[in-house]
Amino acid sequence: MTGAAATGEQQLTPPVGRPEKRRLHRFESSALGGVLVREMINFSSYWRSTTFSSTIEPTIYLLAFGFGLGSLVSSVGNGISYEEFVGTGMVAMAVLFSSAMPSMFGTFVKYQFQHTYDAILAAPVDTEELVSAEALWMAMRASVYGCAPLLVAIAFGLDPAWGMLAVPAINFIAGFGWSCFGISIAAFVKSIDNFSYITSAVITPLFLVAGTFWPIDQLPEWGQALAQINPLYHCVELVRHAAFGWEGWSDVWNVAYLIGFGALMWRIAIIGMTRKLVD
Amino acid sequence: MSDSPHAIRLRGVVKRYGEITAVNGLDLDVPTGTCVGLLGPNGAGKSTTMRILTAQAIADEGEIEVLGYDLPGESKQARAECGVVPQLDNLDTTLTVEQNLIVFSHLYRVPRAERQAAIDRVIDIANLNDRRHTVVDELSGGMRRRLLIGRGLIHQPRLILLDEPTVGLDPQVRQELWALIDRLRSEGVSILMSTHYIEEAERLADTVTIMSHGQAVAKGKPSDLVAEHAGAEVLEVYGPPARLAEIEAQAVATGQRTRRTGTSVTILDSASSNGHGQDGVRRAGNLEDVFVLLTGEEIS
Repeated sequence: MTGAAATGEQQLTPPVGRPEKRRLHRFESSALGGVLVREMINFSSYWRSTTFSSTIEPTIYLLAFGFGLGSLVSSVGNGISYEEFVGTGMVAMAVLFSSAMPSMFGTFVKYQFQHTYDAILAAPVDTEELVSAEALWMAMRASVYGCAPLLVAIAFGLDPAWGMLAVPAINFIAGFGWSCFGISIAAFVKSIDNFSYITSAVITPLFLVAGTFWPIDQLPEWGQALAQINPLYHCVELVRHAAFGWEGWSDVWNVAYLIGFGALMWRIAIIGMTRKLVD
Repeated sequence: MSDSPHAIRLRGVVKRYGEITAVNGLDLDVPTGTCVGLLGPNGAGKSTTMRILTAQAIADEGEIEVLGYDLPGESKQARAECGVVPQLDNLDTTLTVEQNLIVFSHLYRVPRAERQAAIDRVIDIANLNDRRHTVVDELSGGMRRRLLIGRGLIHQPRLILLDEPTVGLDPQVRQELWALIDRLRSEGVSILMSTHYIEEAERLADTVTIMSHGQAVAKGKPSDLVAEHAGAEVLEVYGPPARLAEIEAQAVATGQRTRRTGTSVTILDSASSNGHGQDGVRRAGNLEDVFVLLTGEEIS
């Protein structure tokens, strides 16, 4: 086993007879599929509780804000009632809470406590595929659960509109971005306690300038400017326009902004998780 | 012989974590179809080496070849063909035995038509037939380990990486797992097994590589290593600590090598150097003597 013999070996070993060398691509559908299957099987064991809370929550909010505050506020302009305004605004909020939050906590738990990602990365799955599949799964979930407030609002009297059929797609795009945001946070925090800083200092203030519970034109100019960079605001806008009428180029911009946000967060999540998972 | 001669071949592999060099110029070979035991005390770099082999740690220097693939560039291909049994149990605890295997049959790309057969085969190997629908949380430690090993076999890999396969298990369970590992070896699967249980390496490994401070300090058949470093026969002398120190000093003065064995001092290779006879228990040299001799008595 001398060094010289060892280096010569590579040429001497005939490539024939070796089991066929399979070139794997950077993104493999079977790798993404494997991670998704894991999530779906897991989901089958806890979907009841998730579905319960994502339906009950908007109902309570709608009752509280819609009928509580709504009795003081008759309409929010353009003939939209306050209940309708809040009902549609809450779709974006439901998307945020069903993607950013579970991604943040889920990623941290799977990485730190369950070592699930160690098992997955020992299989032919790369970090990039792992992160992408997790975000896709969360986006799908957010797409569905984000519709709950809309359905509740319809039950409370919001008129159904054809445009609402686009809501799952809007939710999916926004959910993908928020999920990657959550994964990124999980990749950079040191301990699970640090999530409190993120929820109070980042996520909660997002509501202030998103137009969920009140229109942003009520805000001072700096607030309106902040809304423009807040992805939540763009999601709120899109859902409202889906329900009450599209607004042309402004909606194209909203979609483009959400896609851009998703793409940026996706790359950050991959960089963060690679740093965390691969020494 | 259709395979490459080595399932694993490492040359001069270095892995640093900041100031700490976990692996420091490691050479390691796993000839195809053999079981190599990677022995070493805690902190010797065994686990880092295992992570390097799945590209979960990227080496700073050195050549790494797994199943003919160069790492880290072709690691995904290598991972597709090798099975990994981690030291830490990372099963999905809320899922059943079968569900865990379904997930991994997907992750390891078992073709749809073969999936059910692959799962049945693993459940059979892991001897979990009556636990198929049991949630992992409700399995005993030994069952979980068997499932963990079985999970790594779902795609019938040519190479298996076992990281401390029996750590923390009681003797009965360990023996059961040894039988399982031995069966795999007899079927021609290449195995790299890291362990700090000497008996485990002695029983299962064709060759052992002893690691210390990130390097291979000895490699060979367990029996050869024993003959070379410890000798066929050793003498264990018991006594109070002061007496032991005295014996040690005497032995060293006459050119004999010793090692502490807790409550006794072992004089190595005592058969070839009799005449300085001490009263003690004669016994055959073993791999543990070699291990302690080469990796040091104090654990850093």
